[in-house]
This record gives sequence, C-alpha cells and structure tokens, in this order.
Amino acid sequence: MELPIYLDNNATTPLDPRVLEAMLPYFTNKFGNAASRNHAFGWVAEEAVDYAREQVAKLIGCTEKEIIFTSGATEADNLGIKGVYEMYQEKGNHIITATTEHKAVLDTCKHLEKLGAKVTYLNVKEDGLIDLAELEAAMTDQTILVTIMYGNNEIGVIQPVKEISAIAHKHGALFMTDATQAVGKIPVNVNEDGIDLMAFSAHKMYGPKGIGALYVRRKNPRVKVTAQMDGGGHERGMRSGTLNVPGIVGLGKACELCRLEMDAEAKRLSALRDKLENSLLELEESYVNGNREHRLPHVANISFKYVEGEGLMMAMKDLAVSSGSACTSASLEPSYVLKSLGLSDDLAHSSIRFGLGRFTTEEEVDYAIENTKKAVTHLRDLSPLWEMFKEGIDLDKIEWAEH
Amino acid sequence: MAYSEKVIDHYTNPRNVGTLNKDSKSVGTGLVGAPECGDVMRLQIEVDDNNVITDAKFKTFGCGSAIASSSLATEWLKGKTVDEALTIDNMDIVEELALPPVKIHCSVLAEDAIKSAINDYRVKNGLEPIELPKSHH
Repeated sequence: MELPIYLDNNATTPLDPRVLEAMLPYFTNKFGNAASRNHAFGWVAEEAVDYAREQVAKLIGCTEKEIIFTSGATEADNLGIKGVYEMYQEKGNHIITATTEHKAVLDTCKHLEKLGAKVTYLNVKEDGLIDLAELEAAMTDQTILVTIMYGNNEIGVIQPVKEISAIAHKHGALFMTDATQAVGKIPVNVNEDGIDLMAFSAHKMYGPKGIGALYVRRKNPRVKVTAQMDGGGHERGMRSGTLNVPGIVGLGKACELCRLEMDAEAKRLSALRDKLENSLLELEESYVNGNREHRLPHVANISFKYVEGEGLMMAMKDLAVSSGSACTSASLEPSYVLKSLGLSDDLAHSSIRFGLGRFTTEEEVDYAIENTKKAVTHLRDLSPLWEMFKEGIDLDKIEWAEH
Repeated sequence: MAYSEKVIDHYTNPRNVGTLNKDSKSVGTGLVGAPECGDVMRLQIEVDDNNVITDAKFKTFGCGSAIASSSLATEWLKGKTVDEALTIDNMDIVEELALPPVKIHCSVLAEDAIKSAINDYRVKNGLEPIELPKSHH
C-alpha cells in the first residue's frame, strides 16, 4: 500500500490506464482536426469522435446527436443555463435552482440575475433533499428552467430527479441537471429521468480533465440553446471550437468502462463506504451529513464534533480528503452546502468528506479508519471544547467573542 | 498550501497542552475565539509572587496554525514577567512560524488569548484590567 491514500474522488479521479491507452494515438500520429473533411487525417479524427459520442450516448441513454462536447461540466452548466435563458427569453425569465448547487450553477444564475433573470434558490431539507412541494409552489408561468443537481458533490445525496422533472414539465418548463457526480457512478437515463439538459465531466469518472459534455434533448421537446462561444459552428452550432479529440476519446472510453463496471463497482464501493462510515461513527459525537439512503455509493461526509476540519486533516497526513471548514478563505465561512442543511457553523467546520473510488482498496479503507480515529482523538485531547463538553458545560450558553 | 516546518513541529508535538486550575488565584485563563468561526483558544498562565509566569498551558480548537500559534505562545510565556508577556506581538508569532497571510488571524487570536489570560489574573488579584485593543480579525 502506497501513502498518501487518495480519498478525494469527488474532487477528481485518477485517469484509468485503459482510458489513457485509448487516448494516446490521438496525441501523436492520429492528430487530425475532426473538422477537416477532405483528407484521411480529418476522417480518422472524426471517426474517433463519432465513436466516442456513441459511447457517451449509450451510458446516459440518449442519441449521439444530443451530445455537445465542452471543456468540462462548468462550461456545460454555463452553456445550458445561459443558453436556455437567451433562447427562451420570450417565454419567460424565471429559473429555479437550489442553494446546494455547485458554484458553476449558482454563479451562472447570479450572472443572469444581473441581466434581468428572476431566480428562485430552493432551500433543502435537513437531509439535503429539496422539498417537492416547495418546488411546485415556486413554479410560475414565467418559469423556463428548473436546474437541480443529480448527486451532490459534498454530501453525495441524490435528488428525486424523476419527480422534479415531472413537476417542471407539468408547468411547461425545461429540466436541467448537473450530473457531474452521478454519471458513471449510478444509472442515469435521460429518458427515464425526464432530463432535457445535463452537464457532466470526464475527470470525475476516471477520464481526463478538460473535457465534458452537455446533453441537449432533441425530441419531446426539441431543446435549443443559444451558443455562448462564437466561431466555426462546431457541435451543431452550439459550441464552437476545434474538438479536443484525445479528450473526447478519453471521455468516450471512460463512459464505456463505467457502463460495463458500474453495477459491481457501486456495490463494492458502498460496502467499503459503509465500513468506513460505521467504524468512524463508533467515535463519540460523530455525525453523518446528508440523507444516508438516497445518495451516491462512494461518498461519506462526517462531522467530528469539537475538532476543526482543517486541523484534523493535518493530523490525517497520509490521507487526501477534504473538509467543509475553510479556515484559509478570507471569509472563514464554512461550507455553504453543509450550512444549507441547517448544520451549525461549528459542525460544518468539523466535517470531513471521504470520496472513495475505483482504485480504493479495502486495505486503504482500513488504514483510513485507524488514521482518522487516531487523528480525532489527538485533536480532541487538544480541544478546549471537547474538555468543556466532557465536563458537561453547555457550549451554546457561553458568550463567545465573535471575530 | 504547505505548512512551515515549525508549524508542523508544534502541531505534531504541541508543547504545554493541558489545564491549570482556573479557580486558583494565581492562575489566569483566557478563552478567545468562537466555535462558529472555527477557532477557540484557551490559554492559561500561572504567576508567582514575583509576577513571573511559572507555567502556561493551552488547549485549542482550530487549524494547524492556530494550534501551533498557541503552543508557541505558551513556550514564550514561561519565565517571562507578566509585563514582559504583554509585549508579545502577534507579528512575532507570524515571523517565528512563517505563517502565510491567510493564517495571520491565528496569531492575532494567540495574542488576544495571552492578554485575556493576563487580565483574568489581574482582575482576580484586585488589579485593573489592561485595556485590550479592539479585536481586529
């Protein structure tokens, strides 16, 4: 077992060697521009792109023509939301999203607000899921788009996408989802789920960075987005720019591997995750954040009360994880996602996200359990709050000097 | 962000972790910060009849730099008179631990903790508290 151990697979995943192998020729002798229609170099590249498009389409149950390649999920989120806003302006200007969305969605919505959009940010319940009745109540005849993420990046909860899309459609709005954390990890089918637009990325599913896609429905209804990048009219005019052929080949291969291995992999990962989680919950005053039933198989977000996340990560030096604490940011604000669940700031500061992946072994999980337990105990020995808790002092009754 | 060797050293082997009897007249306790902000420091000093700090202990809830700042503060406090202790400036801690700008608030908190402990001691012993500069973080 090599140290440090990578348990941050929600941030990014390592490239699968099989994906790399598929990509390599397209960096060297198969270097052609997929838009070069009049020679063999272009044809070879175009063929590779077409094949990749099929591989991607197969994973999410759509047709090849519905895949628009982008530089990643952030760009796909931007293109989907801004593109719909511009295209459907005559119909309305109202967008509904949620407070726990990724910044690529939230900041895009904020940008549109400056341009005249009305945006509703739905709160989530304590378990991280949105309230369908609240969504229903927020719909107006001006609502053109509901955009709610599939699986959350920090806590892994899976939103009731099918129910959400049904509500959106009932009111004549389109439904978009940022499925960056879900595609390739759990079954996502755009037709079964009623998805009209969907953003996702290769590097969260063992593919390369710098490539992703926006799914844009072509039938029932035919969805159109206004291009946000002007140029040669690539990708059916929706996203100009020479295609990133090696990246696209990598995304395609990554999708194929996920499709073939997903069932077994999800089972393996959720067993490992449960082992990790249950062992760590043996520590006093530790809590799982987010709904434990409706969630991705590979994520565990746990708060260890009375220790601070960043300090804790320093003691877990052989583990690459992430924390909802943000002692380094100028604002010192902890994770907005955890706060949206109604977690107090101190619990949000005490959270650690473990993200397991395809290359995580049971031996590594066992090591992580031991290492984390030791670290929490070490930090609690240093923590005045832990001492006070043990003495039975009510920390909420102390007048803290806010700073 | 990489931590300096000194921060790692204090974090891994924190000096003077512990608790003094807060009810003792010779002990001053400073509890600063807030759980919501992600740092709380408790720093305690024990002062003898000659106004010399004979012992110092801390416990800190916070990041590595906050723990290191308070650990270093206890090291510096021991053997100093109370008046000398008042001259410890947060920038001395920043320099010693090579704290990056985003971590300066940790050193400020440590300075606040020192001053707050001294004030607790002064008040317990019938002295006027010194005026604390308005917290600036």
